[in-house]
Amino acid sequence: MSICNIFHYSTSIEDALQTLGNSKGIAKVLAGGTDLILDLQQGRHSPVDTLVDITNIPELNVLEYRDQKLFIGASVPHRMITNSPDVISHSQALAEASGLIGGPQVRNVATLGGNVAHALPAADGTIALMAMDAKAEIATLEGRRMTPLKEIFRGPGKSTLDPKKELLVGFYLSKKIENAGSSFKRIMRPQGVAIAILNCGLWLEREGNIVKDIRISIGPSGPVPRRLIEVENSLRGKQPSTEAITEANIVLQEEANFRTSRHRASEEYRKEMAAVLLKNTLLAAWERSGAEGEFND
Amino acid sequence: MIKDDLIKLNINKETISVDVKPGQSLADLLRESLDLTGTKIGCSENECGICTVLVDGEPILSCAYPAVRAQGKEILTIEGIGESSNNGTDPKLHPIQEAFVQYGAVQCGFCIPGQILTAYALLQKNPNPTIKDIRYDFKDTLCRCAGYPTIERAVMAAAHTMRTGEPLPLPQVPTSVKPLEIIGNLHVRPDSIEKVNGKAIYTDDLKFDGMLYAAVKRTHIPHGTLISLDIEKAKNLEGVEAVLTAKDVPGQATHGLVIHDWPSMIDIGGKVRYVGDSVAIVAARTEEIARMALDLIDAEYKILDPITDPVQANQDDAVDLHEYGNLLKHIKVRKGEMEDGFEEADLILEDTFFTATTDHAFLEPECTIAKPTEDDRMEIYVGSQIPYADRYQVALALGWDEKRVRVIGQLMGGGFGGKEDIAGQIHAALLANETNKPVKLLYDRHESLIAHPKRHATQIKVKMGAKNDGTLTAVKTELYGDTGAYASLGEKVMTRATTHSSGPYEIPNVQADCYAMYTNNPPSGAFRGFGVTQSAFAVETMMDKLAETLKLDPVEIRRINALKVGSTTNTSQLLNDSVGLMECIDLTFEEMQKLSDGDPFISKEIEGSPHIKKSWGLAVAYKNTGLGGGAPDKAGAEVELYTDGHLEVRTSSAELGQGLVTILQMIVAEEFKVSVEKVNVLVMDTDLTPDGGPTTASRQTYVTGNAARLAAQTLREALSTTLAEKFNIPPSEILFIEGLAQVGEQKIELGEVAKIMKQEGREPITLYEYWAPKTMPLGEGGNMHFAFSFAAQAAEVAVNTETGEVKILRIIAATDVGKALNPLGLLGQIEGGVMMAIGNALTEEFIMEDGYIFTDRLARYRIPSITYTPEIIPIIVEDPTVEGPYGAKGIGEIISIPTTPAITNAIYNAVGVRINQLPINQENILLELKQRNNS
Repeated sequence: MSICNIFHYSTSIEDALQTLGNSKGIAKVLAGGTDLILDLQQGRHSPVDTLVDITNIPELNVLEYRDQKLFIGASVPHRMITNSPDVISHSQALAEASGLIGGPQVRNVATLGGNVAHALPAADGTIALMAMDAKAEIATLEGRRMTPLKEIFRGPGKSTLDPKKELLVGFYLSKKIENAGSSFKRIMRPQGVAIAILNCGLWLEREGNIVKDIRISIGPSGPVPRRLIEVENSLRGKQPSTEAITEANIVLQEEANFRTSRHRASEEYRKEMAAVLLKNTLLAAWERSGAEGEFND
Repeated sequence: MIKDDLIKLNINKETISVDVKPGQSLADLLRESLDLTGTKIGCSENECGICTVLVDGEPILSCAYPAVRAQGKEILTIEGIGESSNNGTDPKLHPIQEAFVQYGAVQCGFCIPGQILTAYALLQKNPNPTIKDIRYDFKDTLCRCAGYPTIERAVMAAAHTMRTGEPLPLPQVPTSVKPLEIIGNLHVRPDSIEKVNGKAIYTDDLKFDGMLYAAVKRTHIPHGTLISLDIEKAKNLEGVEAVLTAKDVPGQATHGLVIHDWPSMIDIGGKVRYVGDSVAIVAARTEEIARMALDLIDAEYKILDPITDPVQANQDDAVDLHEYGNLLKHIKVRKGEMEDGFEEADLILEDTFFTATTDHAFLEPECTIAKPTEDDRMEIYVGSQIPYADRYQVALALGWDEKRVRVIGQLMGGGFGGKEDIAGQIHAALLANETNKPVKLLYDRHESLIAHPKRHATQIKVKMGAKNDGTLTAVKTELYGDTGAYASLGEKVMTRATTHSSGPYEIPNVQADCYAMYTNNPPSGAFRGFGVTQSAFAVETMMDKLAETLKLDPVEIRRINALKVGSTTNTSQLLNDSVGLMECIDLTFEEMQKLSDGDPFISKEIEGSPHIKKSWGLAVAYKNTGLGGGAPDKAGAEVELYTDGHLEVRTSSAELGQGLVTILQMIVAEEFKVSVEKVNVLVMDTDLTPDGGPTTASRQTYVTGNAARLAAQTLREALSTTLAEKFNIPPSEILFIEGLAQVGEQKIELGEVAKIMKQEGREPITLYEYWAPKTMPLGEGGNMHFAFSFAAQAAEVAVNTETGEVKILRIIAATDVGKALNPLGLLGQIEGGVMMAIGNALTEEFIMEDGYIFTDRLARYRIPSITYTPEIIPIIVEDPTVEGPYGAKGIGEIISIPTTPAITNAIYNAVGVRINQLPINQENILLELKQRNNS
């Protein structure tokens, strides 16, 4: 079945933006397309006139250092991210998340930009980027702007990007600092759709045996991907002891909004899993920050 | 305006220019524009992985990959894998292809191109992969025959050869203890070469001149009445050649394998019984036009409340879904006196179990091509488990004599019971008859999931009485089976569920009642295990509960009650031979002890992860071979000797991946002592092959196997007689050795013998119609079945007490198969059967909500991937049955039956949570553990 009337295989950001802007019918950016093409084929997405394929735009396919930051183009596929020594070194949580998305064939096609633009509250790549405090670069025909990632999300499956005027260019990640570590984990179930019941990205900086700074993102814990600021505050400045984690979990259960999803997980189960994920990602990131031994009880 | 682009592609090292439609997928381009049909489509959802091709060396899913993106990149498909030759012959097999053949990784073959390309990409980058590496890369390339262990071994072997240049290491496969010359030894499938090089043709790969494409307008409501139907707009759409409704069916309006209760289309005023019912069918010049036409058909319904479960369906106030009510059949088993039996018991336990509806999810969705012929007949190209039943039902719908219809069975990408009923055969034939053109009706995965019959969701209550020493005194069961909208094989399936519901035990007093109920869910019918999968889960859980309460060992309680030679079953059948259950139990226990440190059934922590507990669980099972229950069970086979020395065996019995063609080839080769390459096998053609009966009930090796064996023997005797007369020596002195007839001192080529026979005016062909031993209907005593297979399995599982997650670590599978005829195929059945059962236990649940299907995509219906593969330890028990071919009995189903309760019993032993409902739900396990900790 035909998924569009015009398939535009774009070769530059300007060309893509012009095509989006000039399209008479509904035009839509197509990144990897591993979700969008299926949504169009299966009627879950309303029909479009023009698809603007951005996977062949050179700048969007770049993974490089820019101004002391690691830049990952929006069209870089997950396979490249998960295998990249640079990403593994500076943003291990993201490398882990990208390595868990789909299977190898999907990871060769699906992109980080698509993961973010889809704006789902528990997309693995997005949750990891949130924990890594990524900034997004957005292009318009007038110029470029940078935005914190969270500004991109408006609601479940809805982004703030203007579909006729804006294009995600890529993401900027800070380089690894000393005594810092990150981790991404998720909990799956064997039945039904292969998306996480719950996932968690966590970054921390250690000072001795104290958590100096920390960022935690858990999905789905609300309508949009989000950080859990109160939980971060609860752990900041503490030793990650069993007691501290127990306290953080109490805060977590208050701050996050876990819901029951049909045929997937109950609110009760998600709450239990959130505690497990928080503990396990914290433990992994703590170890990676260079801490010796397990938690200090 | 839609405009096509001309693009340049480099495919299999050749550069070509080709038109591409906007958004066209690479798979579509390969298959439709370039005739590279080795790339198969299983789901069009990015789920199954079988459409994998390589783009610049990286595997991608071609079904959702825009072809335009492939410009300027190197594309490799299965057709380009082999080492090309310059002399016009087929390319030499690549070591990966060779390994897939030799290791038995090829069964139905439909996923194999995707598997091989996935392997190729992996080995290019990683010449020395670990099993972990393989599983990472193969995670999303599904195989429903589930040859995952063979795939892993094949990839490892190919890697070795590619690294070292050494010949392929030989596979280690358990063979028959007493192999004959051919039988019981390793032989590869006769169709495996074409299945690894992309040349294997399945129905959807066929194209005919002027072929039209069909689509079906379905009701998408579970219950109601069709009030009006308007097809005019659809008829007027450019490119539409026919739109037919119930009024246009020239013959019988309904079809069915037993009861003809399933309308080909619902007529105005007619009752809609499930979402997959059809109201109109369309044939158009393209698939896209046919689908557009569906949207132009207006159907109006009076919507009624659906009946969604079998207990509800049996209530007095339930609306009748069929004229004769909602009860398809009340099935009864009676033996002894229940009151006495429970009176005698020291302990009585009772519990209720629930199993899920599940789908076969064969990777090849249904496809039929109906093609009218010049002599006014209709050819039906289809992958069907029962070609003659298709012929009969299509002829009924057309109002024709059966002989005007010819079913030409095609290679099948799996069946598992799901390709026994009519899918698109009648619809395609009606449209082809109307238009006088070939018509293809291909289901996509979505339609396949909606339309075809499933495994019965069953509610099973078990009441069990036993003495303190563990001896069973009475078992009473009550089953409610959801047979859905139409009968299909519901009565037969539920009968098997019922008669097997007290397990493979000798019990003096048995009562079983089953209510097979119509509902507004999709029909349920045959699915590997045929009802016994469900009832074994219930009774084997109860046996463990009983053992625990009586403080007996799970092995001991089964030993005490196990059927043996001389036992009578619960249908009062005296077992005369071939009851290898005790040996299966003993060997499983022995192996389990070897693999565990101390008592296998106690809970142990996994080292370094105190929150993960592991333990073993045990279950046993039996399963009939053959139709049984008084149904005449026969198969015809024809064997012919050609003057070039080749033999051919012909029968309509179906090859759906399970390996019947290998068995038939080996049997005929054995009887003539020729190499298997000398034997051709022709199956599934109602003009050219005699009726082998349905491919169901684990019957083909036994019934058609015997037909082939006896046809071969009869032909051999005819050859002996011919030679005896010609050379004037007694026929008993004529031997067939090493492909030659030995007449005294003289050795004669078989082809020469055929010539001699022909010269004497006799054709070297024999047709043998084999009748399996007579069986008796349920309730009449005597032999309900002519043979049973037996099995014991032990599962080792690990349960994460923090998350409830379950991982299956090891499965020991001991199976009494009578005789291991085809060891490579047998291993495939064992490992694949265990994997399919892991799906039943852990991953699969076909969900309906008020009759509407929630799991209408493969993305929502998860079948096991390679990552679920445990270590599978096969143990083959050969307790021969006297009339089976060389002693063999059925294997296809038994293997899948004890796995689920072995797993659930292991979970209980690990963490103390009983599983009464399938599939196993990690959330319920965790919440029950939490509740227990809190109280």
